[in-house]
Amino acid sequence: METEPSFFETSPTPNVVGKPLNRVDGRDKVMGRAKYSAEYPIPGLTYGVLKTSDIAKGKIQSIDTSAAAKQPGVLAIYTHLNIPKLAVTPNDADGKKAIGAPMGFMPLTSDVIFYAGQPVAVVVADTFERATHAADLVRVTYTTEQPIAAYTDPKAKIFDPAKIQDGKTDGKTRRGDARAALASAPVQLTAVYTHAINHHNPMEPGATTAVWDAPDRLTVYESTQGVTRTQKALSTMLGLPQDQVRVITKYLGGGFGCKGSCWPHTVLTVLAAKGVGRPVKLSLTRKQQFTSMGHREDQTQTLTLGATKEGKLTTLIHEKTSTTSPWDNYAESNSKIINMLYDCPNFEASYQLARGNVMTSTYTRAPGEAPGSFALESLMDDLAYKLNIDPIQIRLLNHADKDPTNGNPWSSKSLKECYARGAELFGWSKRNPKAGATRNGRLLVGMGMATASYPVHNSQGMARVRLYADGHAVVQSGATDLGTGTYTVMTQVAADSLGLPPEKIRFELGDTKLPTAPNSGGSVAAGTVSSSVYMAAQDVWGRLTKLAIKDKKSPLFGAKSEEVAVENGRLQLKKNKAKGEGFMALMKRAGLDDIEGSGSGKYGAGYETGQAASPATSGNAEKPATHSMHSFGAHFCEVQVDPDLGTVRVTRWVSVHGAGRILNAKTARSQIIGGSIFGIGAALMEATHRDNQFARYVNADFADYHIPVNADIPDMTVEFIDERDPYINAMGVKGIGEISMVGVSAAVANAIFHATGKRVRDLPITPDKILATKAV
Amino acid sequence: MTDNFPPDSADRPDGPVPSDGRRSFIKQATGFLGLALAPPLISQAERLTAISKKVEGVTEMRLKVNGTVRTISAEPRVTLLDALREKLDLTGSKKGCDHGQCGACTVLVDGRRINSCLTLAVMNQGKEITTVEGLAKGEELHPLQASFIEHDGFQCGYCTPGQLMSGVACLKEGHAKTDGDVREWMSGNLCRCGAYPNIVAAIRQVEKSGFKS
Amino acid sequence: MNNFSYLQATQPKEATGAVRDNQQAAFIAGGTTLLDLMKLNVETHDQLVDINMLAFKGIEQTADGLRIGALERMSDVGENPLVMQQYPVISQSLLLAASPQLRNMASIGGNLLQRTRCGYFRDTAFPCNKRQPGSGCPAQEGENRGLAILGGSKDCIATFPGDLAVALVALDAVLLLENAKGKQRRVPLVDFHLLPGSTPQRETVLEPGELIVSVTVPAAAHTRKSMYLKVRERSSYAYALASAAVGLDVQGGQIRSARVALGGVGTKPWRSREAEKVLTGAPATEATFRAAAAAALREAQPREHNRFKVELAQNTLVRALTELTA
Repeated sequence: METEPSFFETSPTPNVVGKPLNRVDGRDKVMGRAKYSAEYPIPGLTYGVLKTSDIAKGKIQSIDTSAAAKQPGVLAIYTHLNIPKLAVTPNDADGKKAIGAPMGFMPLTSDVIFYAGQPVAVVVADTFERATHAADLVRVTYTTEQPIAAYTDPKAKIFDPAKIQDGKTDGKTRRGDARAALASAPVQLTAVYTHAINHHNPMEPGATTAVWDAPDRLTVYESTQGVTRTQKALSTMLGLPQDQVRVITKYLGGGFGCKGSCWPHTVLTVLAAKGVGRPVKLSLTRKQQFTSMGHREDQTQTLTLGATKEGKLTTLIHEKTSTTSPWDNYAESNSKIINMLYDCPNFEASYQLARGNVMTSTYTRAPGEAPGSFALESLMDDLAYKLNIDPIQIRLLNHADKDPTNGNPWSSKSLKECYARGAELFGWSKRNPKAGATRNGRLLVGMGMATASYPVHNSQGMARVRLYADGHAVVQSGATDLGTGTYTVMTQVAADSLGLPPEKIRFELGDTKLPTAPNSGGSVAAGTVSSSVYMAAQDVWGRLTKLAIKDKKSPLFGAKSEEVAVENGRLQLKKNKAKGEGFMALMKRAGLDDIEGSGSGKYGAGYETGQAASPATSGNAEKPATHSMHSFGAHFCEVQVDPDLGTVRVTRWVSVHGAGRILNAKTARSQIIGGSIFGIGAALMEATHRDNQFARYVNADFADYHIPVNADIPDMTVEFIDERDPYINAMGVKGIGEISMVGVSAAVANAIFHATGKRVRDLPITPDKILATKAV
Repeated sequence: MTDNFPPDSADRPDGPVPSDGRRSFIKQATGFLGLALAPPLISQAERLTAISKKVEGVTEMRLKVNGTVRTISAEPRVTLLDALREKLDLTGSKKGCDHGQCGACTVLVDGRRINSCLTLAVMNQGKEITTVEGLAKGEELHPLQASFIEHDGFQCGYCTPGQLMSGVACLKEGHAKTDGDVREWMSGNLCRCGAYPNIVAAIRQVEKSGFKS
Repeated sequence: MNNFSYLQATQPKEATGAVRDNQQAAFIAGGTTLLDLMKLNVETHDQLVDINMLAFKGIEQTADGLRIGALERMSDVGENPLVMQQYPVISQSLLLAASPQLRNMASIGGNLLQRTRCGYFRDTAFPCNKRQPGSGCPAQEGENRGLAILGGSKDCIATFPGDLAVALVALDAVLLLENAKGKQRRVPLVDFHLLPGSTPQRETVLEPGELIVSVTVPAAAHTRKSMYLKVRERSSYAYALASAAVGLDVQGGQIRSARVALGGVGTKPWRSREAEKVLTGAPATEATFRAAAAAALREAQPREHNRFKVELAQNTLVRALTELTA
């Protein structure tokens, strides 16, 4: 990192970066011009519709397509018997890994049914209505077996996986001797936490438009958080060279993790298009969305802590049991945040799984950190009340000055400032420390808080800058913008890196023809792509510097390149700033209309150690970094609880985070608000109910799976603690997509405890659970 | 079927040609509903369209969208939302749930906000349909569009057209006088990115500016 | 959705005749329930008869009370000054229902015919006696958290989901119906919806082709002093976990007459004469309200996941009565 340029040095006082610039794609979005993946009017376009399984376990006995085929406009009906074959499927040995698939199973490869909602046919017709109705008319008969709905099913077999989360995380973790420490701990607390099934439910359902440009060349407009990951998955499955599959995602209607992988409906659309020889567009229905792109799994956590009488943690023991699919050992890694959030010398974690007739669950905003922090931050609250210590104080008492998992210093950490500023903004000092003691008429008022943290993963990406002699630039990286503001913040970074006003920058993303960028997931995109853009700009300046020092007409002629610096688009001598020139004059003399540079930005441990991270994914660096890298923050919540009706309303909210450099004050605030609302949904209302007998969801729609509405949300206060972190990437950006939701459900539950004096450990905290606390 | 609109130069055939080659069946029954039978509550527009008619199969329909009459070929089962998105390439109106549970498809019909996914295109002939594409005057944004940008009233943008149409109606209805009113009267539009506080701010600013829609 | 023909009717007979003569035909007004269920294949019709041209309109004070045309929209009735002032429970039940967009679409008649949100009913992959008589009712032992605790049978515990009907049934509303022969009849709303019994597929007393023309509500002291309280899982745009429609005539602290109905807990809009009996003639005190609530829920038959509704419904009713008399 020492040899590479850094934004801290080249732009010590940024002009645009960090400012609350309005979204550059705002006009397109408010005018209805932004084209999402099912909105390209491609000539000859046809409509694909999935037919899905009514049963959760068994076999297809027969499929009668005759009535459907007779419908006007029906072009093709594909089942496992006639759909074009894949070169590699996730069912193959090592197939899943080769593909990078989220699920070790591909529908329409056999007659076996593993889960309700599994696709059994794809119907293609000339209109949406005809395809939909024809799919209804496909008659499938099944031989049915009794499915297993969840780990709670008495028939379910619980097992200890060696690894979870696609092999990324160990099934067991130990640090110190947690059991021995517990035996001698003067204070011991243990509690069981459950979490309902949650669905990401982005407003735009999964959508694919597949166009075969030639028998071996494919373009896919896809609603994905990663065009490159989708490209690799499709090219591997189809047996095509990667470059012969082009994936385009210009606008993405949210994702929250479910669009981070290439799921079966995308593959089936591509195969259907190949079969019919025409472009096919397929949008999931909202109901299909619940069984097509993963979910946050149903889970139980048992958390035990040991502490001194003064409230200092001595041990933490975490156990999680959850449902996974017939093929994969997926579970969110809840224990990671429990391991690192507080200074605690002993730790033990284990995961248990049971196979159910469900599809594989997948990363859902703050995967692991969100439910894990619910357990930890609820139990820390219990500890605070038990010892009569203020909830913030108990957290300060256990503040981890260094990473407890490896003893490394933090690259930066502003958690104490987050607590202090948050408490000040929230008015924490006015809180009556006694639970159940504050009223507003009939309503019980409670204030709670919780800590948030999210790691800086390891990632890298690339970007390209084409700077024109007339003073504008086109900047490109194959990233995606989930709505997080990638278009906007990258425009800002490019503007400052090139010394141009933002309106002279056009940032392009969402296309595999562009330089490769990582998935927008794991909060890596902002840091990785901004660093890549910055490095590409540096490459341009390097080329222009070389040009200048060889150009007899340049004031910089004969200088050494290391003597030249760039400031606001002007190349000049470091020691004599007056001596220099703007790039336009230089390029004009050289007869260059434009000049191109490219760069690679590293993010996380790979930046500090100089090691590679797979560009399309994020993983852990082999050589450990010398610093541990995390964002930290604190949420403060006020609720009003109606003890008779069981309703809970969030009435005030404050979030303060230290997350490295904030690229855009406006979009960053929006993202934190959005993550908090996502967390409030999980805390108070979100639950997908799976019938035990049928292993099938009974509320797979937006009327009965409740996400927060406008009336649920008060005005919210968000602040950031200014952080300068030189260890994490050239821009000093940590990313804020996930931390915004970590700790949120605990902050709500802690506020409810403060209001009522009753602890609810079962999410979501719906009115029935509030009423039940009165009986306890 | 008798046209509900006079011929319009902006007419253009749109939408895929039915591949089955079926002819449209248009049956016309009975004549105009006598004025004497029409109670005074029935509006002028309704009187004009008071023709009994039966429609089946693919037929031509004329929809007046954003001030322009356009003709589509569609079956009666085609919803207004699908007609806009798939036949007229007006993809601003979004499909988030297709069941009236999210509000992303909100448009104005005769000035009132409705969910276009739960009404049939055939039922909306003869009505003034306004979509998000019709809010701006050319490149000049509607004040609420500008306010949404200023207050960052969206992230991914997928719910935004529905929020805007609902917001325009909310202002017009007089339901934007307080933050609390806006929260309640904008609750028919889900936003999964969680832009609610910013949406409230955006609508309230336009309301406070005295804008009359 | 299957294909269908569309008929725009201009006279009641044309509409009622078309639906009487064709079992597969259905009326469409707002379409918010019908198209929702047709997209799910819960309902299939080969003809939709658009009744929006019919003159079933008007919101007016009559000599006896209030008359609302069946084709008036929820939003227009909910925000009608007469309704807001003289029949607040009706206005509140409407404005707490659905969303502004849906209220602009949905007709009063259609709203009274709203069908259950039971997840087993709404998904054709499940057995359901209401949708497919004789196929079974997995809700009895299944995910019955949102389902009814009053009026259920071993064949069906589907909750009636509406709000307006709860308010109207409390206020002794009467429906004017018209059949294909042009014959009109009046049916008290309390008798309009049927208990599921062994025929949950039969939800109302409507004959084939019969239409709701209007709703009338007799005016009384308890209509002016009335309110609707709705408890739901989020602050807006959600169905009731429990709701209470109450109307009281209180003089000198004594309840002279009372009207009580519950929503979200019954297989039909649940008029509670048991509660009214307790309230009538009793002092307007919390003890009376508690006793009335207990009476209202005495016959409750909760299942595994909806036991909380017994207490919640009682508390909702007590709260509504308390607020109304505050």
